[in-house]
Amino acid sequence: MNAGDILFLFFSLALVLSALMVVLSPNAVVSALYLVLVFVFTAGLYVLLQAFFLALLQVLVYAGAIMVLFLFVMMVLDLRKPCRWWSGNLPALMGGPLVGLAFGAAVWATLRRTVWPDATSETLFRGDLAAVVTPLFSRFLLSVEIIALLLLTATIGVVVLTRREDHP
Amino acid sequence: MIIGLDHYLAVSAILFGLGLTCILMRRDLLLILMGLEMNLNAANLALVAFSRYGRGADGQVLTLFVIAIAAAEAAVGLAIVVALFKNRRSVNADDFRSLKG
Repeated sequence: MNAGDILFLFFSLALVLSALMVVLSPNAVVSALYLVLVFVFTAGLYVLLQAFFLALLQVLVYAGAIMVLFLFVMMVLDLRKPCRWWSGNLPALMGGPLVGLAFGAAVWATLRRTVWPDATSETLFRGDLAAVVTPLFSRFLLSVEIIALLLLTATIGVVVLTRREDHP
Repeated sequence: MIIGLDHYLAVSAILFGLGLTCILMRRDLLLILMGLEMNLNAANLALVAFSRYGRGADGQVLTLFVIAIAAAEAAVGLAIVVALFKNRRSVNADDFRSLKG
């Protein structure tokens, strides 16, 4: 058992525990902070998978931008009465974990029965920056432009959605 | 024990199940959005693992797109939550049942 395996075990256990705490924590702000941990540990798994650029982006975009957005909205809304999970309605309380865990188990069962390429091969893909970014500007150029257009549309949509009616 | 593709996919499946549980169980609209982010994150993890063991860059490129779309989705979702809060003074999903027959 080498250092990579120990790191994988640490990152994956911490990831699952943090995700569990997101689901179970009574306070939305605490859930958001545990979600930051989920994203950071996922970035650690990306590093183990040699996807360094994506690990960087994961920390920058998810743990940085998206979670700051979440916390910012929580502060703006200033919720006096938190929605505790044990005070929800009974079908959601019973059915949620049942469906979620059944779905996860079904995915896992399907993955177990599939034959994957040889995992112990020495020619694994190394995700250095050039190997990941070169396809972005050649084969996937149109997709990148469409994503840029989507982000512009989302920005305009957010402005329209949160606009005040009495204030033109 | 050699860590391989199976182990990463198992972590991804567990994370996806927990995200789905969060969406279905929690009644807070913000927590529902967080569950969505966890689902996208689980899909990303599976894609990066496939990219590593499938020996190609396509999985990581697709992950880049998913991250961009997740940012747009979080922004629009949070804007909808803010608009709902301005109308009803609540973020509890049980308070938005006017479309239920």
